[in-house]
Amino acid sequence: MKTLNMARYRRRKLVDRIMRSMTVVATLLALIPLFLILGYIVIQGASAISWHFLSTDYKVPELSLDGSASDVGGIRYAIIGTLLIAGTATLIALPIGLLAGIYLSEYGKGRFASFVRFATDVLSGSPSIIAGVVVYIVLVKTTKEKYAFYGSVALALLMIPIIVRTTEEILKLVPQTVREAAVALGVPQWKAILTVVLPAATGGILTGIMLAFARAAGETAPLIVTVFVSNSVEYNVFGSMGSLPMYIYRTLDELTSPEQYKVLWGAAFVLTALVLVVNILVRVATRRRV
Amino acid sequence: MSDVIAKRQTAEVASTPRVGVTVQTANQAADALGHKMQVEDFSLYYGAFKAISGINLQIVEGRITAFIGPSGCGKSTLLRSLNRMNDLIPSVRTDGRVLLDSTNIYDPRVDVVELRRHVGMVFQRPNPFPKSIFDNVAFGLRRLKLSKSELEDRVQESLRRAALWDDVKDRLKTPATGLSGGQQQRLCIARAIAPEPEVVLMDEPCSALDPISTLKIEELMMDLRGRYTIVIVTHNMQQAARASDYTAFFMMNEQRSGEMVEYGPTGTIFTNPQDKRTEDYITGRFG
Ligand SMILES: Nc1ncnc2c1ncn2[C@@H]1O[C@H](COP(=O)(O)OP(=O)(O)OP(=O)(O)O)[C@@H](O)[C@H]1O
Ligand SMILES: [Mg+2]
Repeated sequence: MKTLNMARYRRRKLVDRIMRSMTVVATLLALIPLFLILGYIVIQGASAISWHFLSTDYKVPELSLDGSASDVGGIRYAIIGTLLIAGTATLIALPIGLLAGIYLSEYGKGRFASFVRFATDVLSGSPSIIAGVVVYIVLVKTTKEKYAFYGSVALALLMIPIIVRTTEEILKLVPQTVREAAVALGVPQWKAILTVVLPAATGGILTGIMLAFARAAGETAPLIVTVFVSNSVEYNVFGSMGSLPMYIYRTLDELTSPEQYKVLWGAAFVLTALVLVVNILVRVATRRRV
Repeated sequence: MSDVIAKRQTAEVASTPRVGVTVQTANQAADALGHKMQVEDFSLYYGAFKAISGINLQIVEGRITAFIGPSGCGKSTLLRSLNRMNDLIPSVRTDGRVLLDSTNIYDPRVDVVELRRHVGMVFQRPNPFPKSIFDNVAFGLRRLKLSKSELEDRVQESLRRAALWDDVKDRLKTPATGLSGGQQQRLCIARAIAPEPEVVLMDEPCSALDPISTLKIEELMMDLRGRYTIVIVTHNMQQAARASDYTAFFMMNEQRSGEMVEYGPTGTIFTNPQDKRTEDYITGRFG
């Protein structure tokens, strides 16, 4: 029997250890700032939350002579605005993104499909202000209006590439044999996709939609150039409207005392929580009923 | 002449999927040993590669035909040509004809979707949909717009015929993916026969199953015999010998294209093969 090469083994074990610790260190370096930010938002934000904060609208702070902080009101109008603007954006982006994703996964084989794939990849990495500028030139300039709806269109432009690519990737995970089984039963391909392939992929597609929604809900730049801000509750998307990111952006300039800054953390906390709550609600509502 | 007309009529009756009527007509046709499908000078190319070459073959109505031969000789390719599943692969090109009754299924006027309602398929690996057991079997029936109770009856009858009813009658609403492999395959058979196709194609339906499930599926095939025309691909010589009426043996030629070497009643092929290569293959001397 040949003796085992112990020295080699020790060396290999050492290299293995070093490599493993390097990945751990890198992971920590990447995640620690994220956890710090999240933790800070939760701690600072939660203390700003009160019923008053959630149920009233913005009040321009008054200059007080004794330096005490005056009430700046709450963010009710901004929560409703964000839900409406991001919700409308989802309504626009969802059918387009879903259908394009289905096209790429089920039919897209040729040059055109590769081009679409490339284009969506580029778009999903492009800065959000570009979507704002496009909508500004095409809609704001021509109609000389800044509607909440235009903001939704700009956000939809950001959401579509995300929905397209996640839908495509998830649909590709559905085994080919399942598609074959459906087609072999004498149903047209579109019906097989609709009744077998899509339902099998609901969970993953929802994740993609929620990712896109989360991105849209937090975007500020496109809204700056496309929507007139209102400081009260609005329900008409063809009008001015407030939103959480715009609240944070605008209030920064108007606050007079550090005490008031905590409303910013409060708004950031609510924005984060909002995405989470919508996510959970969507999942509960569409839970598989097999 | 009158023979041809009679065959046409049986074909027409058989194509209306009504339970009860089909049994009788299928048996009559089988007694006359009509040809349900005829493959004529059929070749298929994947791109430039000729996978099967010049196949001629008649598939007898109401009987079980087995395709045997070494791996890669084009058995699956030919089987999938019988309901044009190969259409899903973009590079595929075909030559020759395949008749179902008297219609060439490669005629451009033929609607493939409609064709697959007449020629159903069971695959090598069980592939239930991620839906409930009931919904799996009901899938091919939805277009018939049956009433709720009719639909339930049809599902139950299909599950009974696939020898699965007793296993699943208490959990029809549970996910099909919770069944064992053998049960899943029988579910796939139930799903395939529920819309009453005239021909059922099976591509190595037992290769992922244990011997007991395999025997169950063979018994099931014998039950379905007469009512349906069955074509099965198998690597299992005993299975072909036990469970088929006719056997076709395929092999690759020098260009690696699949060719049919010999075709005949299973008894003849296994006891008295005409071709040396068939004999070598079934006695296990190669392949
Ligand atoms: N989608 C495809 N694209 C290109 N070539 C293919 C494709 N499917 C099969 N082939 C080729 O066609 C030939 C026949 O394949 P086929 O699957 O019909 O063989 P088979 O007899 O069923 O083999 P096995 O017994 O291993 O299942 C093989 O050479 C195979 O590589
Ligand atoms: Mg095969």
